[in-house]
Amino acid sequence: MSGELRELYQEVILDHNRRPRNFRALDGASRHAEGYNPLCGDKITVYVQLDGDVIREASFQGFGCAISKASASMMTDALKGKTVAEAEALFDRFHRMVTLEPDRAVDVGALGKLAVFAGVREFPSRVKCASLAWHTLHAALEAKAEPVTTE
Amino acid sequence: MKIATAVPPESAALTDEMASRRADFPILRELVRGKPLVYLDNAATTQKPQAVIDALTHFYTRDNANVHRGVHLLSERATARYEDARIKAARLLHAASPREIVFVRGATEGINLVAETFGRAHVGPGDEVVVTEMEHHSNIVPWQMLCAEKGATLRVVPVTAEGELPLDEYERLLGDRTRIVALVHVSNALGTINPVRDMIARAHRHGVPVLVDGAQAVAHQAVDVQTLDADFYVFSGHKLYGPTGIGVLYGKAALLDAMPPYQGGGDMISTVSFEGTRYNVAPYRFEAGTPDIAGAIGLASAIDYVSAIGFDRIAPYEAALLDYATERLAAVPGLRLVGTARQKSAILSFVMDGVHPHDIGTILDREGVAIRTGHHCCQPLMHRLGLDATARASLAFYNTREEVDALTAALGRVKEMFG
Repeated sequence: MSGELRELYQEVILDHNRRPRNFRALDGASRHAEGYNPLCGDKITVYVQLDGDVIREASFQGFGCAISKASASMMTDALKGKTVAEAEALFDRFHRMVTLEPDRAVDVGALGKLAVFAGVREFPSRVKCASLAWHTLHAALEAKAEPVTTE
Repeated sequence: MKIATAVPPESAALTDEMASRRADFPILRELVRGKPLVYLDNAATTQKPQAVIDALTHFYTRDNANVHRGVHLLSERATARYEDARIKAARLLHAASPREIVFVRGATEGINLVAETFGRAHVGPGDEVVVTEMEHHSNIVPWQMLCAEKGATLRVVPVTAEGELPLDEYERLLGDRTRIVALVHVSNALGTINPVRDMIARAHRHGVPVLVDGAQAVAHQAVDVQTLDADFYVFSGHKLYGPTGIGVLYGKAALLDAMPPYQGGGDMISTVSFEGTRYNVAPYRFEAGTPDIAGAIGLASAIDYVSAIGFDRIAPYEAALLDYATERLAAVPGLRLVGTARQKSAILSFVMDGVHPHDIGTILDREGVAIRTGHHCCQPLMHRLGLDATARASLAFYNTREEVDALTAALGRVKEMFG
């Protein structure tokens, strides 16, 4: 098995794929949005419960590949207790990590557990899988009515 | 392993012949991430033999000029070669005349052309257009757009769980208001070969013309539009070992002659004045602007190439390879084949327990095995089958049993990772 594949499919990611956390609709969610990747058909709904400016609860539903499912699972875990601004900053950092050239590494330390997705940048066709949940979160926080797509 | 030993002598000769053809395709010598390329995405596009690549180079090196205009030698040469390509396309489809061949960008443009000309002229409010549930989006959306514009209704022939069209249900959809049937010859997602000859005959009994999407058929079997009695037949050159950007719309001469123009511009006119314009005859009426001359010449070279091998050789070889691949894939634990029609082309769609097709595709790519994953531009079909996506291996005559073995070995890696 190639090293890059192991980097992509880390045990943590495979675990979140098998047993996604926060995989449910959130009753009384203050915000939710739908995301869609028209290239592969992945679909996701992200739910957020806001308490003022703070994300109290986050969850998701939908279907997709291991990368998109694990990304949504770990994202919803990471969001709890963060302010909207902190969540957006995290998205920005995450996005840079999965899209940047390897030699221009971002501060993955600040991403905590989400750093396991660093391997995605070696797989350009999979970047959208990793970022779909985050784009959808962004739409939910901006209260966009139209489903977002990765295209 | 029962590979070469199980092959009867006659088909062993066929196997050797096809294996020797691999040398005609320079790209098949490519290494992918250090491993030999195993190209199993032929339904998306086929690779090009050196002869086609050379034809393009030769045209731009020796013959390049615009067609149908110049009085100079190069223009005459370019025109002759472009029109020769039309003759070859007519022969490939067994059309009655090269006049029935319209060059387009590909199957998609061919369908749009028919929807926007024939469709606009014949479909009105309350009329119906019949398509099937297994159509590619390119044979759904143009008709949907036409129906929305005209206040017409799209009627859909359902697909069985095996991936076949129930003909009695098809016939029930044909009625007084049906203006055209648009039907795929071979399903790109499932490999089903539809009984188009029978389906066309049934439509004709109701006085309804039929457009056949032959994108997945022309590279794998002989097509005779006159025997089929198809009214329109479309295909893309790049799925027939030719270049991208060129395709063919076949239309019966009587239909093409009566159709209004598609796009306006040069070459499609006979005289132009500000008081009014007279249009050129078919097929030129439908070829506004400078066409893809090099593309047509490249396509002609591809037609020569496959004709020299012969579909009487290609079809049985691919059928045997499909049987072998079906057997090998069915033996992979947790793998389920999607699309098990009785008449199938060499396309294998499948899903695996607990693994999304996208992940299968990524892991296979690292082993040098190129397949397609996703909805294959057939979302209504995927919805009908209760799937979001499948993995798809699609074979061509240059694929081998060893490559099928490489596919199954790579699927073993998928099980290792996700097991």
